[in-house]
Amino acid sequence: MSSLDLARWQFGITTVYHFIFVPITIGSGFLVAGLQTAWYRTGKEKYLRATKFFGKLFLINFAMGVVTGIVQEFQFGMNWSSYSRFVGDIFGAPLAIEGLLAFFLESTFLGIWIFGWDRLSKKMHLAAIWLAASGTLLSAYFILAANAFMQHPVGYTINEERGRAELTDIMAVLTQNTAVASFAHTIPSAFLTAGGFFAGVAGWMMVKNRDVEVARPVLKMGLVTVIVSFLIVGVTGDWTARIMTEQQPMKMAAAEALYETKSSAPFSLFTLGTLDGSRPIFQIGLPGLLSFMSTGDTNATVEGINDLQAQYEKTYGPGNYKPVIPIAYWGFRLMIGFGAIATLFAMMALYRMRRGGTPVDKKWFLPAMLTMPFLPILANSFGWIFTESARQPWVVFGLFKTADGVSPTVSAGSVLFTMIVFTLLYGVLAVIEFKLMIRAIQVGPEKVSTEKADSDRTLTMAY
Amino acid sequence: MSLNTTWFLLIAVLWVGYFILEGFDFGVGMLLKTVAKTQAERRTLLTTLGPIWDGNEVWLLVAGGATFAAFPEWYATLFSGFYLPLFLILISLIIRGVSFEYRSKHGDSKWRNRWDNAIVISSFVPSLLWGVAFANIARGVPLERSSQGFIEYTGGFFNLLNPFALIGGLTTLTLFATHGAFFIALKTDGVVRERANKLAGKLGLATALLAVIFLGWLSLSYSDKTSVVVLSAVIVVAWLSALEASRRGREGWAFLFSATTSAMVVITLFTALYPYVMPSSISPEFSLDIFNASSTPYTLKVMTYVAVVLTPLVLIYQGWTYWVFRKRISPSQIHNPEVGVLDKINI
Repeated sequence: MSSLDLARWQFGITTVYHFIFVPITIGSGFLVAGLQTAWYRTGKEKYLRATKFFGKLFLINFAMGVVTGIVQEFQFGMNWSSYSRFVGDIFGAPLAIEGLLAFFLESTFLGIWIFGWDRLSKKMHLAAIWLAASGTLLSAYFILAANAFMQHPVGYTINEERGRAELTDIMAVLTQNTAVASFAHTIPSAFLTAGGFFAGVAGWMMVKNRDVEVARPVLKMGLVTVIVSFLIVGVTGDWTARIMTEQQPMKMAAAEALYETKSSAPFSLFTLGTLDGSRPIFQIGLPGLLSFMSTGDTNATVEGINDLQAQYEKTYGPGNYKPVIPIAYWGFRLMIGFGAIATLFAMMALYRMRRGGTPVDKKWFLPAMLTMPFLPILANSFGWIFTESARQPWVVFGLFKTADGVSPTVSAGSVLFTMIVFTLLYGVLAVIEFKLMIRAIQVGPEKVSTEKADSDRTLTMAY
Repeated sequence: MSLNTTWFLLIAVLWVGYFILEGFDFGVGMLLKTVAKTQAERRTLLTTLGPIWDGNEVWLLVAGGATFAAFPEWYATLFSGFYLPLFLILISLIIRGVSFEYRSKHGDSKWRNRWDNAIVISSFVPSLLWGVAFANIARGVPLERSSQGFIEYTGGFFNLLNPFALIGGLTTLTLFATHGAFFIALKTDGVVRERANKLAGKLGLATALLAVIFLGWLSLSYSDKTSVVVLSAVIVVAWLSALEASRRGREGWAFLFSATTSAMVVITLFTALYPYVMPSSISPEFSLDIFNASSTPYTLKVMTYVAVVLTPLVLIYQGWTYWVFRKRISPSQIHNPEVGVLDKINI
């Protein structure tokens, strides 16, 4: 494999892995803050126990998000130096702002929260978790704005002499609809992920009849979070799809394996294509739905892959402008599918919980709860794999190809070596993290009682 | 002052913050097994770092991000050029962060011992390599113009392991270790405090020796600026003041002077560099400087506004954290030190 292929694999592995932990962190931060707020307002012990218990799980996950995030800040320079030179004038700004505005906020206030249980007033301590959670949200915004520039470059001009894109309007980069829509789509999916995680853990506790008074409100909160988030994810996903159709029609066509331009285009439920990706062999579809998803009108015309290829050749010169169609097609469907299954489970369980009822005696409940934490993670991963891979061959759409972005001075051997080490290390850490998580869940929420014991318990969250 | 110079200064400020802050937490990590013998003692050291290490590390991330934004050519050439050392630093930082978070989850001594070893090594490696990296930057490395017109690093990995750079690496290594010992002495009580104080004296002398060699070599061979000589003298004075304060039992002053020294090391290196950001050892025409490596004036202006508004805010709340956790911690305060956070008996 060339250093280009290896660098792409490395970016894929490290980024998909990093993004397992990120959405859980974003959503869990707010859910833990919500639980602590409930305790602050009501003084009920069950909320304090829930805060500390889910806080512990949140922190086990947060550690992984932090350490895998370090790599992200540097690998653009390491493996993608030509890309960095081309976009640095624009792309670096949101990254630096993210660090200065968000990373400091989340790391500092999370440290205060973990170790400050007995050092701060209740109010200040509560403020700390809200500030840390807000930090994750800000971080998401700026990194998504940077990504949005890669999907749809705005606010720039090309400097031919220096061979790079240069920023002309920072507000255009930070406020373009691609960034806003992507944020509005990614954040609720983070909540969906955290909701599924909390519900899964609490559901298991309910079945095992452990600390039910703690588990029940959390289960409810988790399930409601999943359902509400899914609705928002759906609406903003629809918005994102329309923006995508307009800005990156090839991506939408690939997502649908729509080879020929059509009006009243169908939404395909199943497609088999030829290996070279030029035409479908077998397809089942819902008439008009794709046209509606892309434009809001069932009769509208949606451009097909083959026509777009011809069009791009005219604009950008000869070359292959088709992404890998099966990845786009199935990535898109698995994203929606996994999210929908999690939501279906959530609705079934919540229905059983109405008027003080319980779902624990249902046979489907435990398996459903045990899969709940993983379904949204899969949905997130497939969503990003889809959106990043279906932008190919571009790294910055229409401006700069992925193949031109790789570091020319870094040998394939170096990239291979670092990729192997990263992968092995990440694999080992995944096993350790998973075991700790299971262990923490088995131990369950601690008892809390007298004032005096407070200083002891601070150390249970400490090192 | 041009925006390019402003950003050169701001990047220096970020590295100053990083050397001061993560400098001591690297030091505490390196000394974990030397200064602290029992579980209670080790947990004491780790608890001093607990609330702050992650915030300290953000200085590095922001330095990286700011370099990307303000000097993309520097970011690209440096990180693709110093590929393997940077990779080793990243691996260390990954392992280190996880070790802090996970080592006390179980009471099992094998489990803890493994993580403790990981903390020591993963604190050691970056402490050495940052010095190696900065010494190389100051010394100049093989940079040439590629066929695409960009200035690229053309030396290999072993090119970076020259004697001057290794002395630089040993200097930051011993400097951070001593800085960490001063921190432990300031933040803990009991036997760890005593051990840290003793160790600081010895480590401090080794640091002084290495620093004099490194700074002398830098002034003679790689810089013709009088200011570098003056700053080097300031470093030596600050460092000797730290050692003297420590000897007299003035732990606060000792730490303050060692923080000053860490800061001055960065300032001296950046002064030696200016106006270059990466001088080429092949020919000055291949050197990266604050102009040919920089972003556009517009981007620099935008980033200046951002930095001017946000940096003071960060300093205030990060400073406040240090105030909240200002109390000394002693091993006697650690309850059930042998028991892991996730061990059932703890409840």
